[in-house]
Amino acid sequence: MILMEKHVVVIYPHPDDESFGAAGSVTQFRNKGIPVTYLCGTLGEMGRNMGNPTIANRETLPKIRKQELLAACNVLDMEVEMLGYHDKTLEFEDRNTVALHIKEYLDKIEPSLVITFYPDYAVHPDHNALGAAAIEAVGMMDIEKRPVLWAQAITHDFHEVLGKPDIINDVSAEMDKKLEAILCHKSQVQGLLSQFMQPGMEQDVLKQEVAKRFSLEQFYIWKFDE
Amino acid sequence: MKPVNITEVQTVLEQYMNKTVYVHLETTNGAYASHVNQNAYNVGAFIRNAEVKFTNAKIVGSNGTYRVGLKLEMGWIYAEGITDWTITDDDQLLLAGHDREGRLMVALQVSNHPFRY
Ligand SMILES: [Zn+2]
Repeated sequence: MILMEKHVVVIYPHPDDESFGAAGSVTQFRNKGIPVTYLCGTLGEMGRNMGNPTIANRETLPKIRKQELLAACNVLDMEVEMLGYHDKTLEFEDRNTVALHIKEYLDKIEPSLVITFYPDYAVHPDHNALGAAAIEAVGMMDIEKRPVLWAQAITHDFHEVLGKPDIINDVSAEMDKKLEAILCHKSQVQGLLSQFMQPGMEQDVLKQEVAKRFSLEQFYIWKFDE
Repeated sequence: MKPVNITEVQTVLEQYMNKTVYVHLETTNGAYASHVNQNAYNVGAFIRNAEVKFTNAKIVGSNGTYRVGLKLEMGWIYAEGITDWTITDDDQLLLAGHDREGRLMVALQVSNHPFRY
């Protein structure tokens, strides 16, 4: 499923999007020696998960999430660049300005593949807005230099509406790494996994539960008109 | 943060009275509320670094959950559901309400200098 690439750029707005969304694919790329760079839009400063018991507050959360992001990127062995936007506000920024900002990185890195969220099918307004800006950025590049773009949809209905994803990547074999990356996001993970994580749950039971839900990383190959 | 001590919080609030201060006020039920539960609504609001001056400040409540009202020259600032508080190293008063899972539901913060933006 994973082909040879020159350089892969992952573009998501929040620390932890990379771990839940693409950690398995990133691991596969890195195992082949392919460089991967994460452009992380915000520091998730408006997140409401503060750990349980709480380890963060509104003012310490960005510092804590930045450290968690660096730890996860270290586990996944990928570079990270922080774009410096404020959580929850991406959809109110000027789309073109954000796209040009992203394009600066793409022009420098010259990736062969970009991974981002599928606009309108990514649940969180920041996901939709940054996905749209990333697609606009890639669309602005000259066709000869333009990377392939994989868009990730996560709404409940994406399958019915958009059809079968072009890329259905089974990352079961990379689940240990993926779980390790997810667990770097300590302040968030309890809240996000609370639906199926019980206190004191054995690590391998938790792993099975996470594997059940996050072992497929699916993407649509974006079609640019012209 | 620690559970609200009403006397201590009242004392701190009064230190911010009658001078220009910066306020962060927020309520949220998360961006995934209606994704997790179809019948839920996504609601939330925040204002960061509102520059205000209040003439009265009071924290009221019992059993671990509190309301705070700040009286402005031309209006009010109000927060309900406050459970915890702390003062940062920067001397900023943080008040917040958390649910059983430790998730923030409401925040009211006051500072003599702007919050990081
Ligand atoms: Zn996210």
